[in-house]
Amino acid sequence: MTVLTDDTLPVTPRAMRDEMIVFVVMALLLAAVPFSGLYPFFVMQALCFALLACAFNLLIGYGGLLSFGHAMFLGTAGYCSAHALKVWALPPELGILVGIAGAFVLSIVTGYISIRRQGIYFSMITLALSQLLYFIYLQAPFTHGEDGIQGIPQGRMFGVFDLTKPTVLYYVVLVGFLAGFLLIYRIINSPFGEVLKSIRENEPRAISLGYRTDQYKFLAFVLSGTLAGFAGALKVFVAQNASLTDVHWSMSGEVVLMTLVGGLGTIFGPVVGAFAIIAMQQYLAGFGQWVTVIQGSIFVICVLTFRRGVVGEIAHYFRRSL
Amino acid sequence: MQALYAQLLVGLINGSFYALLSLGLAVIFGMLNIINFAHGALYMMGAFVAYFLLNNDYLSIGYWPALIVAPIVVGIFGMILERTMLQWLTGLDHLYGLLLTFGIALIVQGVFQNYFGSSGLPYAIPDQLKGGMNLGFMFLPVYRGWVVVFSLIVCIATWFLIEKTRLGAYLRAATENPTLVRAFGINVPRMITLTYGLGVGLAALAGVLSAPINQVRPLMGADLIIVVFAVVVIGGMGSIMGSIITGFALGVIEGLTKYFYPEASNTVVFVLMVLVLLVKPTGLTGRAA
Repeated sequence: MTVLTDDTLPVTPRAMRDEMIVFVVMALLLAAVPFSGLYPFFVMQALCFALLACAFNLLIGYGGLLSFGHAMFLGTAGYCSAHALKVWALPPELGILVGIAGAFVLSIVTGYISIRRQGIYFSMITLALSQLLYFIYLQAPFTHGEDGIQGIPQGRMFGVFDLTKPTVLYYVVLVGFLAGFLLIYRIINSPFGEVLKSIRENEPRAISLGYRTDQYKFLAFVLSGTLAGFAGALKVFVAQNASLTDVHWSMSGEVVLMTLVGGLGTIFGPVVGAFAIIAMQQYLAGFGQWVTVIQGSIFVICVLTFRRGVVGEIAHYFRRSL
Repeated sequence: MQALYAQLLVGLINGSFYALLSLGLAVIFGMLNIINFAHGALYMMGAFVAYFLLNNDYLSIGYWPALIVAPIVVGIFGMILERTMLQWLTGLDHLYGLLLTFGIALIVQGVFQNYFGSSGLPYAIPDQLKGGMNLGFMFLPVYRGWVVVFSLIVCIATWFLIEKTRLGAYLRAATENPTLVRAFGINVPRMITLTYGLGVGLAALAGVLSAPINQVRPLMGADLIIVVFAVVVIGGMGSIMGSIITGFALGVIEGLTKYFYPEASNTVVFVLMVLVLLVKPTGLTGRAA
């Protein structure tokens, strides 16, 4: 894979310090949201998508693998969590675990299949697999087809936090997002992450150095899919439903768009991109299908003129990794 | 038995669309190194151009001229896309081509959805192809038979053009080594543009053919292109004949599934893709990607 990020900067203590400062600022800003008068539902939704985009970015930005089916993890975890909460009446924390487990199993199966082909074929296979799953969910009884699973009880987290209160729910979602984000940050900066980057830059050389690149890519796929599932499980509490739109290919496309806008292979880019795209959808909701046209235009503009994305451009300007 | 033959025919028709579309994808990928995500949207455009030609009060151009005009119009649109956008991606990672054409597909489909909604517009079967024939074992609607035969002819003609003519030889040579072919004085960038036009034109032709069968809808290509991607993964993009045979074969298998186990008819192509990947990861025609 070539020229995904043309300026790979070394991981230095200074870069780590910069990133931690930005992270703390981001966490504080997000923690202040309930006092700002912003609509918490909007921010919670954006946080779920930000986590999803970060998980997706782990795969493309650091592994060089473009998955065009990441919605399948979001949707599958959503269905599993929703089913566990509503039908089995499990408490929220176990409901989330069931969702993550569902995405974990799915990512093992789909990863085993799709990792066999490289580059562009990988994207087509993940897209086809997610479409396969879409049709299965359309017909399976437990998903309730077109209606989806609705009216999901939010319950009490650990028996203490009442998730029906918007502020409590907001902080639970925020903690989930920050935990997921830090985990991804840790993965990227681990020896495993370094090997992953080397595979992205030059796979034959990584093989010749003795790395079993397929195993690394498989593990990256499973990590990415499972974390995407975590985002899907959190989203169930926010939206209180699980539906087919979360499995549809257009959702996969949106995740790609968020990451592209923010910056492929940047740490904070997917978060910025997710907020930008969700905000855009919110404000342009009245324009019907023109939103699709605008999204398509953003794709075209980003690819032609703006390949580093917002955060990537800023990082490039300041010669920092962000 | 009647129902089985009817489903087989539907399968053959779907197979001809798969073949025409995956053929175009393979030709485009060979020259441009781009997977054309906009292929489904351009297929839809082909159907809409035919619809406009017929329903415009000044033109009211029928099916037969549309069969030639629509691919040319959409082909020119495609060539403009290639000149203004796709050519700037040369040398970049494959995935940018996929993302760019995905964006183009969203724009095209969104614009058509705004003006025509999501419901289907009827397109009448031309008078010459109305009615049906009794073959003894089944009743064959003439138009459906025509689609299968005509698609097959177009596929073979494209195969002949690329594998057996001098132009095709240039094309294959430029796929292998564009720099060297340019050194021989052949205008490779123009050839790339024309190739994209050809691939897109094939998609538009499939669109016109499907208009009387499937109705004209803005999203008619959106789901189809994903199935075609699976077809391409199964067959591989290494060989033209491979794309044609895989396309038709998968259409037939899908038709058989509709008869024997209708619940799986949406998913059978994807399931087959998974099986092929498990048994022979390089795809049926075998060349590694």
